[in-house]
Amino acid sequence: MPEISVKAEPLFHIGGFTVTNSLFTSMFVMLLTALLCIYFFSEATKKNKGRLFYFIKFAVNSVYSLFESVFGDKTPLFFPILFAFFLYILLQNWFGLLPGVGSILIKVTEEHGEKLIPILRGNNADLNTTMGLALISVFLIQVYSIKYLGIKGYLQKFFNFTNPILFFVGILDIISEISKVISFSFRLFGNIFAGEVLMTIIAFLIPILASFPFLLFEFFVGLIQAMVFSMLTAVFINGAIQKHH
Amino acid sequence: MDAEAVKLLGTALAIGLGALGPGIGVGIIGGKAVEALGRNPEAESTIRNTMILGIAFAEAIAIYALVISLLLKFT
Repeated sequence: MPEISVKAEPLFHIGGFTVTNSLFTSMFVMLLTALLCIYFFSEATKKNKGRLFYFIKFAVNSVYSLFESVFGDKTPLFFPILFAFFLYILLQNWFGLLPGVGSILIKVTEEHGEKLIPILRGNNADLNTTMGLALISVFLIQVYSIKYLGIKGYLQKFFNFTNPILFFVGILDIISEISKVISFSFRLFGNIFAGEVLMTIIAFLIPILASFPFLLFEFFVGLIQAMVFSMLTAVFINGAIQKHH
Repeated sequence: MDAEAVKLLGTALAIGLGALGPGIGVGIIGGKAVEALGRNPEAESTIRNTMILGIAFAEAIAIYALVISLLLKFT
């Protein structure tokens, strides 16, 4: 059995900055995303467009119509950030399923001897990444809430002194905002990390072909989790910008 | 029982009991969504989106249990 570690392992150090294997993988994905966006942008002005252009356009359109069911006519304002979440999480999840990610090992010298660690690791199987994404998402919810309700209306949601019941509901609301960070990050991390552990264990139980259906299932889970993350952000933002009672 | 055995038991119990509730919840959500679809087939996309969101909330609880048991097992 290979050793499974919950946290990402450090590969090397640049100055005081530690580069872990999940950070190293995310660099590839970011490069890929940037190339894809540059391709899409340059192709959009041409007369004869490539097939990939139309495929990307179809995908963007279907995601747009998904968010349109939440926001209605406010969609163009919120679509860029939500689609950025969607694309980033989706590509990270799918890149983690490629052969070689997690299975190519290198030797790293540490304080207590040498150690074999995978050079690539799925980025969302690292709690730091998902925590970062969750913090961005929850911070954005607060920012949009302040922008639409004003600072007074925003604070009134949490501190309401008109009667004791609403006061305690306000305290519960503060707790629920904090717990959003935890639930966002642990949902994504748990799903992706569990998928990696599952596929590793299946591959060691039955070596041939048995992990293939699980690989397909993980593709599906990666898509669903990207959708769930961006969709939940959309629903929470939509809830936060409504004037209520 | 030594400490290692208790740790293994805790791992298995955490995910086993933690999967019970969300399992029931996801079943109810899926069943009700199909029921709603049968009554109102043209609202398919709305029902599907709401169902996926509901399942995500229910499933998150199972994921917490999973994270706890993974932490117990691998740290």
